[in-house]
Amino acid sequence: MSSSAEILSQAFTLGYTYTRSTGPIVGQFLTSLRARKMVGIKASDGKVLMPPVEFDPISAAALTEFVDVADAGVVKTWCWVKEPRKAHPSDKPFAWAMIQLDGADTPMLHWVDAGDEAAMSTGMRVKVRWAEETKGLMSDVNGFVPEAVALLGELKPATSDEQITGMEAPIYLTYNFTAGKATARYLQSMKKGKLVGQRCPNCRNVYIPPRGSCAACGVPTEEEVTLGNKATVESFTIVYIPIPGNPIKPPYVIANLVLDGANLSFLHLLSECKNEEVRIGMRVEALWKPEAEWGYAMENIQYFKPIDEPDVPVDQIGKLIDEGR
Amino acid sequence: MAQLAAVVGVGQTKYKTKRKDVSIAGMVREAAVNALEDAGLTWNDIDAVIIGKAPDMFEGVIMPELYLTDALGCNGKPMLRVHTAGSVGGSTAIVAATYVQSGVFKRILTVSFEKQSESNAMWALSNPQPFSPHLNAGAGGYFAPIIREYMRRSNAPYDAGIKVAVKDRLHGAKNPLAHLQLPEITMKEVEDSPMLWEPLRFLEACPSSDGACAMVIANEELAAKSPRKPAWIRGAAMRSEPTMYAGREQVNPRAGIDCAKDVYAQAGIHNPRKDLDCAEIYVPFSWYEPMWLENLGFADEGKGWELTMSGATSLTEGGDIPWNPSGGVLCSNPIGASGMIRFAEAAQQVRGEAGDHQVDGAKTALGHAYGGGAQFYSMWVVSSEKA
Amino acid sequence: MRDVAIVAFAQSNCQRDAGAQNEVELIMPVLTEVFKQTGIKSAQDVDFTCSGSCDYQQGAAFAFVAGVDALGAVPPIKESHVEMDAAWALYEAWLKIQMGTAESALLYGFGKSSPGELPIVLSQQLDPYYLAPLWVDTIAFAAMQARTMLDSGEITEADMAEVVARSRNNALKNPHAQLKGDQTVADLLKEATYVSPLRRHDCCPISDGACAMIICTIEKAEEWGKPYAIIKGIDHRIETHHIGSRDLSRSVSTEIAGKAAGVADGPVDVAELYAPFSHQEIILKKALGLGDDTVINPSGGVLAGNVMMASGLSRIGEVAMRIIRGEAKRGVAHATSGPCLQQNLITVLEAK
Repeated sequence: MSSSAEILSQAFTLGYTYTRSTGPIVGQFLTSLRARKMVGIKASDGKVLMPPVEFDPISAAALTEFVDVADAGVVKTWCWVKEPRKAHPSDKPFAWAMIQLDGADTPMLHWVDAGDEAAMSTGMRVKVRWAEETKGLMSDVNGFVPEAVALLGELKPATSDEQITGMEAPIYLTYNFTAGKATARYLQSMKKGKLVGQRCPNCRNVYIPPRGSCAACGVPTEEEVTLGNKATVESFTIVYIPIPGNPIKPPYVIANLVLDGANLSFLHLLSECKNEEVRIGMRVEALWKPEAEWGYAMENIQYFKPIDEPDVPVDQIGKLIDEGR
Repeated sequence: MAQLAAVVGVGQTKYKTKRKDVSIAGMVREAAVNALEDAGLTWNDIDAVIIGKAPDMFEGVIMPELYLTDALGCNGKPMLRVHTAGSVGGSTAIVAATYVQSGVFKRILTVSFEKQSESNAMWALSNPQPFSPHLNAGAGGYFAPIIREYMRRSNAPYDAGIKVAVKDRLHGAKNPLAHLQLPEITMKEVEDSPMLWEPLRFLEACPSSDGACAMVIANEELAAKSPRKPAWIRGAAMRSEPTMYAGREQVNPRAGIDCAKDVYAQAGIHNPRKDLDCAEIYVPFSWYEPMWLENLGFADEGKGWELTMSGATSLTEGGDIPWNPSGGVLCSNPIGASGMIRFAEAAQQVRGEAGDHQVDGAKTALGHAYGGGAQFYSMWVVSSEKA
Repeated sequence: MRDVAIVAFAQSNCQRDAGAQNEVELIMPVLTEVFKQTGIKSAQDVDFTCSGSCDYQQGAAFAFVAGVDALGAVPPIKESHVEMDAAWALYEAWLKIQMGTAESALLYGFGKSSPGELPIVLSQQLDPYYLAPLWVDTIAFAAMQARTMLDSGEITEADMAEVVARSRNNALKNPHAQLKGDQTVADLLKEATYVSPLRRHDCCPISDGACAMIICTIEKAEEWGKPYAIIKGIDHRIETHHIGSRDLSRSVSTEIAGKAAGVADGPVDVAELYAPFSHQEIILKKALGLGDDTVINPSGGVLAGNVMMASGLSRIGEVAMRIIRGEAKRGVAHATSGPCLQQNLITVLEAK
């Protein structure tokens, strides 16, 4: 994480290994790939389409008739990637190409390991370089190579001949997320152990955490308001199920809390009390982590805990002025 | 100036936890083909395709409509993709209706889907972002405190939610497409099911489903030539409000109240409980039935649970205003499609095509969807009569 | 079809990285600007609001939900969203006006592409079984499309460089442009290839930003007393995702949409074409039957700055503003989505 007076940014990965079911057509193609065989599919007009699509692009008919095609063919068009990206199938310069296999009427996309751009040309013949181990994925084709290249690698037999019905698709994208201006200001205050919200210039309501605007009025907010540690429970739930990405062990209480002087609640943990004693209107106070652990995060407050003050009448929640300031 | 339009075909898939037998395209196609067959049409009869789904993170395919073009016979035709969070299935149907009601198109296909088994819905809905100000406790963690506040205000008995959970599952047992099939379910079983987000129990929450729903919508002239009865679109409305602002009413959101008023005015509904024969309402957590009964004007504020407890919303108990005869979201929840299923099931009721969960003599029905932090609403009223 | 007026348009500067501006902070200034142009206060003063954005651009589900915070949507408003370029949001609103349920509408599009690796992000909009797992990016497909045309002799590398030189030169007069300059074709051709045959300058830059527009019935525009441009025709089409089945030197969906929108019904003074790659401008010009008397991309087009999800609506706004300023009488705007121009929207605009 980097920080300056204004900008807070942090890298994060949006990722999941998706489990795709393929259906019979895609499944058959992947099953064939695993057996190191290329198959196309016959379109309504009799053309052989590659890779086999489930539905005819022109007639919209569901296609079913597979046709064997060769594992060699002609480059119809291509481009040269000088600097492969991390996600690309090759870490050396390579070509993407639309390759029309012998016996097919449309070209399919794959990559060509030609070593050098000068070795590539439209109309050149290429052949599949099968992966040493096949798994029923597009990567069973470890790229194409110019047809004259001798392939010496050992090919292990396919581990299974069962029909493929699914595949894993690991999709991990990295982003560098930058907090908005208001969020950055707020988190910088949090790092100093202070709760600072913003007041709407129009309706005068105080928002914490602030978002830089009042959603009701649709206007930017700038005026900062420092708030204290006391809050009221607006509502709450006891969470009993584990949530992906949340390390806290259930059961635990999360509550909608309105800080004194603020007009909108936020969710936070409530602790140091019996779950069954939590109630709407209950008075609580922030328990901060040790200062050494403070970062740019709401989690600097470890949790809120009950304090010995009378409950707030429901119609007053969210309308308290901050007396402790 | 708006042209008359009607639903002339409805197609759904069977809803289940994992549709392992089909690709994404195969699943969407299945609903679309079913809708075309119901309408007695082929791909060439369709002028445009309007598609909706919830966030692309569910399947990890960005703007999947690009890839779905061929499965939906859309090569050379217009295609539009709607995304309005959980209300998207309903919004998509409304946008699709607009294509016809504007007079620009004669007959269109609309589809919505979710194949949630490709990932984990809870992950996809709340993947952690840096500097995110809120605690991540899933959708239930967001809605449970609002439900608790409803219970406080209305003094509802603790088992009103349990009653809804049972009622909708008994409805679902009459719908062969419903995901959860629990014909033997009891109040005790729901009450004994594990607490997830207190006061919400496991059996009071919706499942995670794979599935797709499609409709063919036609103009007046073509609807008249349709082989089965059309469901005339008598009113359609959408409303949005921000997720959070000071003083926002979260239990009985203004956007829902306004949206209902709008759609009722268009359809000539003065008393929804009397003037409507049934309703398909987006109830992902049991307690949202009594809450929406009030929000949508079927009951006075604080009294929605009384209607629920009286059996008025139950088809099996012979209630006067069955809610979710299909079993609703509590039985099947492919999120992006859930709203459209409500709209399509409302249409099936007034077409007399609802099978075992048909409400006898249903003429006018409400379809409803909501999404985000209960802030996006879409509703339509369909009827067996044009006017 | 009834005529629809465009009365206001605003766009942010195209920036490579908008840094600490969140959705609301990106959107609010352009909204404020179109409200000012129209003489209204907020989204409460129009009948319908519709936006376009894409969750994956910045890697957050429900990116558009935060956008609602910029609208002042209390009391609640009639609002919708497309997971597409905002040009399609305009189309949805145009239908509402045709239908008679709205007299006016606010449209906006926003995109923050800077947080991610955009070409790799966009690779995941391709077929999820055959293409996405290879992480083949959109630049690669565009490059192969360009080579098809170079191989057939239909275009030369100099033709492509000419598009870029003109774009950069036109952008000198566009305060919102990100890339501008006075470069000759010869200079450009001296640059090394990037994803051959494309050079870096053949590809649009990555930009953050937003744009907004207000449309209404002619009667409403007269009532507001604001100058306007008229949408005479609008149509959108998609074509097959099976790229091997396509003739990549043509954009068939643009041809159909152009015909349906009535591009050829009169002379075209100006056209703004959403061509993220230089050779695609040539394909689009051909698909729309535009001659050399049409001024193409006077703003510099998206080669000078490309806010994904907003650029399509901005093309329409650029043409509308030129018509409103009296610089043109009739113009065409184009928006696109998907690999190799898979989906396209055409708008025909005229002066009042």
